[in-house]
Amino acid sequence: MNFFATIGRVTLAAFQQIGQLSLFIVSSVTGLLRPPIYWRLIGQQVLRIGYYSLPVVGLTAFFTGGVLALQIYIGSDRYGAEAFVPQIVVLGITRELGPVIAGLMVAGRVAAAIAAELGTMRVTEQIDALTTLSTNPIKYLVVPRLVASVLTLPLLVAIADSIGVFGGYIVATKSLGFNGYVYLKNSVDFVTNEDVYSGLIKAAVFGFIIALMGCYNGFNSKGGAQGVGAATTNAVVTASILILAANYVLTSVIFTR
Amino acid sequence: MTKQTSTAKVELRGVKKRFGNKVVLDGVDLKLEHGQSLVVIGGSGTGKSVMIKCVLGIIRPDEGEIYVDGKEVTRLSGRARDAMLKKFGMLFQAAALFDSLPVWENVAFGLIQGRGMGRKQAREIAVETLGKVGLGPEVAKLSPAELSGGMQKRVGLARAIASDPEIIFFDEPTTGLDPIMADVINDLIVSTVDRLGVSALSITHDMVSARKIADRIAMLYQGKIVWDGPTEEIDKSGNEYVEQFIHGRAEGPIKMEVRK
Repeated sequence: MNFFATIGRVTLAAFQQIGQLSLFIVSSVTGLLRPPIYWRLIGQQVLRIGYYSLPVVGLTAFFTGGVLALQIYIGSDRYGAEAFVPQIVVLGITRELGPVIAGLMVAGRVAAAIAAELGTMRVTEQIDALTTLSTNPIKYLVVPRLVASVLTLPLLVAIADSIGVFGGYIVATKSLGFNGYVYLKNSVDFVTNEDVYSGLIKAAVFGFIIALMGCYNGFNSKGGAQGVGAATTNAVVTASILILAANYVLTSVIFTR
Repeated sequence: MTKQTSTAKVELRGVKKRFGNKVVLDGVDLKLEHGQSLVVIGGSGTGKSVMIKCVLGIIRPDEGEIYVDGKEVTRLSGRARDAMLKKFGMLFQAAALFDSLPVWENVAFGLIQGRGMGRKQAREIAVETLGKVGLGPEVAKLSPAELSGGMQKRVGLARAIASDPEIIFFDEPTTGLDPIMADVINDLIVSTVDRLGVSALSITHDMVSARKIADRIAMLYQGKIVWDGPTEEIDKSGNEYVEQFIHGRAEGPIKMEVRK
């Protein structure tokens, strides 16, 4: 009997979480549509989420592009298909690795920071204090982060795409003996608008996931330092898993029409 | 059927709230009259904080009604609730200052965000309000993290009174302060309430503080008000719960609960 009780409890808890999250999303979206909109705070968050993530995203994209070029070169050696390195790098970066790597890095950086900040505000009653000062905490805290994240992630990914291709270019020309002009021409000729757009659409969705998981977990954290720690961990883990799951769904929707 | 209206500033009728299996409020009836300073005493974990959060709409009660100025506010939401909350100021237990903002913006927060006042004018009012709680203009640009606990409480008080509320709630105003600073805060509360003519509801387990700031004292125990009367009568209440609490005895009808 205990076994069934456990199943029941887990199921109820799961549905409760889903319901709570859905309500949170609904109030965030309605908060976005009704004034006041805090432009100053959105600007601040664009700086914190987007601009300050540039070094991390740029570096990871550079090395990913580099290692991709190297692996494709080594691997395609078996078929004598080394010449396809630039095409495969540009496709891999714009369609998959650019958005996913940038999404995961920003999830680690930003979802954690948001969850820790809002979680601390929750346990020190700062969120309740906002309410008593006639300010809707969802509009003041959640909406600016969501908007900033959805807007800046595509920009970050566009930059990551360029740096990733550049990383592949450096490795290919400096150590694999490719001609620089030919490499770039092959990349640019091969890549289509759809490849790039699909990556940017993914990025916007990942941005939503990152800010949502950070805010939701922070907002619902309980019980002091330990609760804030748990919220931070949950934010990063759930954001990362959801990014990878959403990536699969988006890929199958965009490319199998 | 016409509902009986309330003449009190704030009135709770049969307010009940439970979290899971734990009943926190079990039918609270309480009246805060105009211009009165009411203190609710009770041990830790008796639901005092939950009670005031119910009035502010931060926690939604399961049953019962809450009236502010004779209007029922129990299930207000959105803008109607924001408008209702403009009547309130609240001093939180740990001050709950926004640590991302300097002191003056904390004090001016309700003016800027709640009322849409310009930043320059709001800053002037903030500095003036800081003066009322005994803080000089040099404090205005500090960050809350740079202040001591007592100073933070003062800033919290300034924030609570900056937008001229009609009702102020004080959540454990003296907890965590040394006896001298606690007395300073008590004096500030008394003078603020007298000068502004507001109605005040405080919750505390500090009897020294309660005697000093209260016109009327009510005791909350196991989710109900077990005694309610003028401050002068607290020593001859004849209520065994009140007796045990005000004398701080371990022996008596009140049993410590381990779980919250």
